[in-house]
Amino acid sequence: MDISSAPILSIVTFLPLVGAVIIGCLNRDAKGNARWIALWTTMITFLISLLIWINFDNMSGAFQFVEERDWLDIMKYKMGVDGISMLFVILTTFLLPLCVISSWVVIQDRVKEYMIAFLVLETLMIGVFCALDLILFFIFFEGSLIPMFLIIGIWGGPNRVYATFKFFLYTLLGSVLMLLAVLAMYWAANTTDIPTLMTKSQEFFSPEMQWWLWLAFFASFAVKLPMWPVHTWLPDAHVEAPTAGSVILAAILLKLGAYGFLRFSVPMFPLASQEFAPFMFVLSVIAIIYTSLVALAQTDLKKLIAYSSVAHMGFVTMGIFTFTTQGVEGAVFQMVSHGIVSAGLFLGVGVLYDRMHTHEISVFGGLVQRMPIYAALFMVFTMANLGLPGTSGFIGEFLTILAAFKVNTWVAFLATTGVITSAAYGLYVYKRVIFGVLVNPALKTIKDLSYREIAIMAPLVFLTLLFGIYPAPVLDVTAVSVKKLVAAYEAAVGPAAALVVP
Amino acid sequence: MIYAAIVFLPALGALIAGFFGRLLGVRASELITTSLLIVSCILSWIVFWRMGFEHETDSITVLRWITSGELDVSWAFKVDTLTAVMFVVVTTVSALVHVYSIGYMSEDPSRPRFFSYLSGFTFSMLMLVTSDNLLQLFFGWEGVGLFSYLLIGFWYQKESANAAAIKAFIVNRVGDFGFALGIFGLFAIFRTINMDALFDAAPAMAGQTFLFLGYEVDILTTLCLLLFMGAMGKSAQFLLHTWLPDAMEGPTPVSALIHAATMVTAGVFMVARLSPLFEQAPIALGFVTLVGSFTAFFAATIAVCQNDIKRVIAYSTCSQLGYMFAACGLGAFSMGIFHLFCHAFFKSLLFLCAGSVKHALHDEQDMRKMGGLATKMPITWLMMIAGGLALSGFGIPHIGGFAGFYSKDAIIVASYAKETYHQYSFWLLLFGAFLTAVYIWRLILMTFHGKTRIDPSDYRKTHESPFVMTIPLICLGVGAAFAGALGIYAFIGEGANAFWNNAVIQKTEVELYQASHHDLPEWVHWSTFTAMALGTFIPFLFYVIAPGLPALTARMFRPIYLFLLNKWYFDELYDFIFVRPTFWIANVLWKVGDVGIINGLIDGTAAGVYRVTNRVVKLQTGYIYHYAFAMLIGVALILSWFMIMGGAR
Repeated sequence: MDISSAPILSIVTFLPLVGAVIIGCLNRDAKGNARWIALWTTMITFLISLLIWINFDNMSGAFQFVEERDWLDIMKYKMGVDGISMLFVILTTFLLPLCVISSWVVIQDRVKEYMIAFLVLETLMIGVFCALDLILFFIFFEGSLIPMFLIIGIWGGPNRVYATFKFFLYTLLGSVLMLLAVLAMYWAANTTDIPTLMTKSQEFFSPEMQWWLWLAFFASFAVKLPMWPVHTWLPDAHVEAPTAGSVILAAILLKLGAYGFLRFSVPMFPLASQEFAPFMFVLSVIAIIYTSLVALAQTDLKKLIAYSSVAHMGFVTMGIFTFTTQGVEGAVFQMVSHGIVSAGLFLGVGVLYDRMHTHEISVFGGLVQRMPIYAALFMVFTMANLGLPGTSGFIGEFLTILAAFKVNTWVAFLATTGVITSAAYGLYVYKRVIFGVLVNPALKTIKDLSYREIAIMAPLVFLTLLFGIYPAPVLDVTAVSVKKLVAAYEAAVGPAAALVVP
Repeated sequence: MIYAAIVFLPALGALIAGFFGRLLGVRASELITTSLLIVSCILSWIVFWRMGFEHETDSITVLRWITSGELDVSWAFKVDTLTAVMFVVVTTVSALVHVYSIGYMSEDPSRPRFFSYLSGFTFSMLMLVTSDNLLQLFFGWEGVGLFSYLLIGFWYQKESANAAAIKAFIVNRVGDFGFALGIFGLFAIFRTINMDALFDAAPAMAGQTFLFLGYEVDILTTLCLLLFMGAMGKSAQFLLHTWLPDAMEGPTPVSALIHAATMVTAGVFMVARLSPLFEQAPIALGFVTLVGSFTAFFAATIAVCQNDIKRVIAYSTCSQLGYMFAACGLGAFSMGIFHLFCHAFFKSLLFLCAGSVKHALHDEQDMRKMGGLATKMPITWLMMIAGGLALSGFGIPHIGGFAGFYSKDAIIVASYAKETYHQYSFWLLLFGAFLTAVYIWRLILMTFHGKTRIDPSDYRKTHESPFVMTIPLICLGVGAAFAGALGIYAFIGEGANAFWNNAVIQKTEVELYQASHHDLPEWVHWSTFTAMALGTFIPFLFYVIAPGLPALTARMFRPIYLFLLNKWYFDELYDFIFVRPTFWIANVLWKVGDVGIINGLIDGTAAGVYRVTNRVVKLQTGYIYHYAFAMLIGVALILSWFMIMGGAR
């Protein structure tokens, strides 16, 4: 189907908003309708977004489906995707229907508002990945936090206020600095057009200015990612968030920071990126080792997965700052994979929470006796999380460490310890929850997955295995754009040193 | 096509039994998986014949896997003699174990799951041995690790089984840490991880150095050592051996298939498969011999004192794997594989016999509570003796003997021909051979002979296992008796060069074989016989002639006895230096690092703001709307400011 003439990115971006408006017009007590409208909206958005993938030209490194309209004097409404951002649009539209279905029964309170929040969130998240204007990006980027605050703050657990507050405090500082950087860039370059900034950054920004801009963006992206040591909002936010909120938080919102590094820091400030690469390596490696160990000590399932997410994001930042094809492709792959796997893990925890209203690990044990299907699906996600070859979790970790080895053997050496620690916390928690004797009397009547729950988890399992065995659909999309990114970086800083001693 | 059938038929069986096991019922699951494996096994022997004696090799790409920059890895089958040998070993033992399990597991309700795992394991193992690149090897490597984990923990209600399963996986991952680094390093240096390309490029890299962790080191030595770390984990070599004895928590057929014949030999296979790389790294090879020889000795010392029938055999496996590594390290890769081949038959036989005993005695594993079973279980007894003769290498030099006589003694003799430092390898292996005979005859005598220590009423009811279990025993017994005699010519003898057809590096092996047959003093050949004969005699002395001796010896050499009984205290040591500190650090990082310091800083700030907002906003959730509202206003303000700014220009 030829879609070249249609503003497909805008359609995909704002369709959820239309759904939100329709729900907004409903009666206050039209719970069922709100759910159905949300489901249909997200499903249609997903189907339309697939057209983007189908019509995407893998061979082109340029931005595609570009739409450009004059909007305000200083900025344009400009949208477009390349090989790096396109998959995240699809990932977002793919996960939203699952979120709606997973909230079908659990959310009984303020259903209308809940669905509106998710639809608005979808619009904003897709917008972040499509925006090709600095200010447009900033609006989407910061705006996407608002619905998330609401989702945690209203439909969250008992300690939700503390969690939201912490989340807010962390992000606030980053946002302010990023805003300043955006303004400074506008003053220096007199444009907010992202493609122009990417190609001409060397003319616009002096090395010293790049340095400051890099730091300002870093402040914002590091918190979102999150990187050690600004990660402690994440476990609390996850614990309090409702299941679907956790899914979106882990699968999409955590990717915004890494996406920012790829879209802004590396292409626009290559000199500063090179200078800060060792610093990023250090933080990444600490994240991998430190948070994996902390995950081992957790007593709450959601916290454990949250800490494990921080470790996995460590591989992403490590990969990006190797500035090599494998490293960056691996980082993007790791982001996509983590989007799928962490969604599966959090949905899995949600299944338990719906039944037992807790995610304390000690409450469970021996679940396999009552829930064999659940045990099997959770095993797939656990194995993907610990990077078993044949699952999607392996590819990203493998590629990023492979790239790191070429750049710095110490980084690769330390990051590879993640192979051991991830197995330790993954299997240890699986044993405590799934295996063993079922002793807790409250679990004696626990039911295995319903068809609805299987329907949510099955696509995630399928993709986890598919991308592990045949990752080409993802790697092919990213290849050319990543090559372009790496080439531009090398042109700016000169080629890297060889590893072999002559 | 035939290769795809060999590899994927077990996978098909695993999927059918796994997904539709409940639908099809137990018997159907068993029959489907087992018959698919038998087909796979027959095809394997055909391939074995073609590769070994018609000198074919083949390489087929199935599907693109990872392409990124210059990295290009596919799912592919590389089939040569080495692969064919592994095909035969894996599918034959697996098929027999499937058949045996129909009887052994007959009372377990989750049999479909069990057979699904067994077939799934076989598939992973076959993927491992067919790989033409290191990544697919790693896939199979981790895949067998996964199924090993699942099967050790098959009885998930048992706390000890769960602990053993996790231990196996994690200790293996420690090895994989090195393996993975080795792969990364190979790619960083060679820009490829496809085996044929690596082998072509390896000679040019010999002696070159690179910077690793700040040190300038020899490329191939370092990378081979890293890869070998993976092999040490998977093949339970000294320091990374602790998981194997615990893995005996799994059902016995699993021990026979995974922890004796196939998975644990993957490390040996890997070293042999990468022989063109190791060949260029003599220091790494020296280390392989050192580790192998020491493990052969060390594990045998422990086996002598254990009372659990399965653990004796487990330590024996550990020790025999040491022999294989010792051979590879000497450069005699085909000798290592020959011993792997023979060992697969007699060791899985021993395990299945132990399983037969255990089955008859209602899961009793303590040999101190057995005895006198020879008359009750004659087939098991005979087959156990066949296995014992094969393991201890029974035979007369220059005439003939059981499997181990050919494969193990060849290694010991070759280690003398190679002249390691002060012949340390030879003496360790020779002493190991003596201990091997001691522990296996001790096991047979304690289990089958003497006055029974079983409760009389139970003893009366004890009977031989059903045919579905004894027939696999007999098949393996035939293999244990004749595999060595039939294989020696092709595997390591005069026909070896033609047989292997460059699948493994043969140069050193041919030299050592020639040397050991022409230049060595005669006593070397007889030394192995003497060790075996002496080792066979001592258990008879201790357990038949003078039954009071074991207790007396244990008392006289109590410290040594305790040291060996407690397995050199490795579990306690590791618990003390790794496990506890890790959990301690994990807790400190969490409670002090995250909660104390980082959150402390944030909360300090937060508390201030929170107090203020709390006064302003009455409802708890209220301020979130507040914030959202403020944010929107903020964005609106920024936009208007921009518009004004823009307008002003």
